[in-house]
Amino acid sequence: MIVRSMSALIERDLRLAIRHGGESLMPLIFLFSVIILIPLGVGPGPNLLAAIAPGMIWVAALLASLLALENLFRPDLDDGTLEQWWIGDCPAGALVVARLFSHWLITAVPVIVFAPLAAQMLYLPAEALGVLVLSLLLGTPILSLVGGLAAALTLGTNRGSVLLSILVFPLIVPVLIFATGAVSAAADGLSARAHLGLLGALLILAITLVPLATSAALRLNIE
Amino acid sequence: MIWKTIKVNFHRLGSPPTFYRLAQVLAPWLWAGFAVCAAIGLYQALYVVPPDYQQSDSFRILYIHVPAAWQAMAGYVVMAILAVIALVWRIRTVEIMAMAGAPIGAAFTFICLATGSLWGRPMWGTWWAWDARLTSMLVLLFIYLGIMGLYAAFEDRRKGARVACILILVGIVNIPIIHFSVEWWTTLHQGATIRLFSGESTMHESMMPPLIWMTIAVKLMFGAALLDRSRNDLLDQDRRKGWVQARLGESA
Amino acid sequence: MSRMLETHQATYARSGEPVFEPVDLALDAGQALIVLGPNGCGKTTLLRMLAGILRPWQGKIIRHCQPAFLGHLPAFKGDLSCRENLAFQRRFHGGAGLDESRALARVGLAGLGLRPARTLSAGQKRRLGLAGLLVAPGSLWLLDEPYASLDDSGSELVDHLLTEHLAGGGAVALSAHQRKPAIAVDPVRLELKAAEMLP
Repeated sequence: MIVRSMSALIERDLRLAIRHGGESLMPLIFLFSVIILIPLGVGPGPNLLAAIAPGMIWVAALLASLLALENLFRPDLDDGTLEQWWIGDCPAGALVVARLFSHWLITAVPVIVFAPLAAQMLYLPAEALGVLVLSLLLGTPILSLVGGLAAALTLGTNRGSVLLSILVFPLIVPVLIFATGAVSAAADGLSARAHLGLLGALLILAITLVPLATSAALRLNIE
Repeated sequence: MIWKTIKVNFHRLGSPPTFYRLAQVLAPWLWAGFAVCAAIGLYQALYVVPPDYQQSDSFRILYIHVPAAWQAMAGYVVMAILAVIALVWRIRTVEIMAMAGAPIGAAFTFICLATGSLWGRPMWGTWWAWDARLTSMLVLLFIYLGIMGLYAAFEDRRKGARVACILILVGIVNIPIIHFSVEWWTTLHQGATIRLFSGESTMHESMMPPLIWMTIAVKLMFGAALLDRSRNDLLDQDRRKGWVQARLGESA
Repeated sequence: MSRMLETHQATYARSGEPVFEPVDLALDAGQALIVLGPNGCGKTTLLRMLAGILRPWQGKIIRHCQPAFLGHLPAFKGDLSCRENLAFQRRFHGGAGLDESRALARVGLAGLGLRPARTLSAGQKRRLGLAGLLVAPGSLWLLDEPYASLDDSGSELVDHLLTEHLAGGGAVALSAHQRKPAIAVDPVRLELKAAEMLP
């Protein structure tokens, strides 16, 4: 029952995303506009660019994930499909996970796929590419979870978008530190396993706790 | 049975008129205690403690900086406890108290950052350093601001308070992680000099008493400000209610 | 006769103020409940609370079966076709009801299955909402103003669907303004009273 409701929701979200088209493209275009602007800003020197590449790609990915948050729950609130989540046996926390999973597929996966290309544009050493992709695979779901929580908290307000970034930024600090730490370590030829392990631990923690808080916040906001 | 008694008493305490009266009686005592402790602490800090052999007189800002830093964190823990009570038992006065804690905590965080920066200028030669403790304090300030912003963004203040309580609880899980990760990220700051529970303190004995006085003073001030703020918020929210009008009529 | 829904002194509060006087009711299979009261007395709030969307502030609500709620909002996606919307509702609520085309035909939308839902008129949207009730298996229907923006034949359709649903062992709670349901069973009437301000 739970799995069926979750898969129905994911399938519908993906169908809607395909019909809207641009949703997947937005974060990608944003990522590349940042990546193109950086050399223009700091100069084209390969050493400098390689040194800041891990941080820049991650900051760009973080900001890109903020873009789509406003539409995570708001359309569902407006057309009444959100309140249906509390009717029936499927716990809302599971539906939150389903929604965030489809959101992650739509907005984060394209960024992960094209991140190696962006990294090459910033001269990140080739041996760090694998770790970059791995760190994004572990880290972007946390971005989606935390972003979803912030979106749920601000759902009942009408100036959500400003608040969103204030709420997300402090909570996401550890992810940024460990993820960029992993990539920098790999670029310096060191082992990234400790950083990646911590990132994985954060992901497990986030996946267990955040959906509960998110569904509680959503519920308060539809009341 | 005991549980039920506690719960009933909690709810009685949570009734706005009772809370209002209690806060009105309690707050002046806390303010008085704060004034006394702060007077003793400041006198000792400024006149009794000898100048440091390395930092001369500039270290004295520590007596504001350290208690403020402790209170910034302790205040968050107090808010988190209040938030749990507010969410579980849905007591309105506790929701109001949790929300009243945020601006005070934010103010202490700001004082900590400002005094730290003033202290850093002569000691490290810079106003701001990206070191672990400064950075995690800055992040804490943003969490406080996020809580205040979220609460203020709601038209329905009860709903806003309850949503912000969820954020407080998310924050309490996250703050240790942030602290730890930032510490990992950089260690430029001098190591912790005050260890209350383990090992020997590297501070000279004569420097301790004013710190203790100031810490107590700051705690009392937090309590007093918390009560006063929540009392005012309660009065503001309930201004059309019977008990407020009866009370104001009585004093007018 | 099996019990579908019970409430015990249930009430809901907004900003700490009760919205309506506590409600005690019991609804059995085959019974209909009509919630009456002036604008703003909390009819919609009561129905949403009965559906489980809102939590009661005080009192208790016991549901013995799966509810289905049809409110003011359409609860479907305008960019999906009518058929896709129904297929989603069917799977989402674990459906064992009518299939999509039969449900569409039943509410008079036959042939519109491939139209995006946003191109429907207001009345057609209400009909699509009713079709949603037919594909999902909820045996307790909670309908907020089901006659709103429907023409005469639409209102008759609602009456037909209600009669069928009650005859099939379901139960209905609805709020209605102008039109009262013309059904075989005599509905239980609940006069909802707005709560007084607390002192």
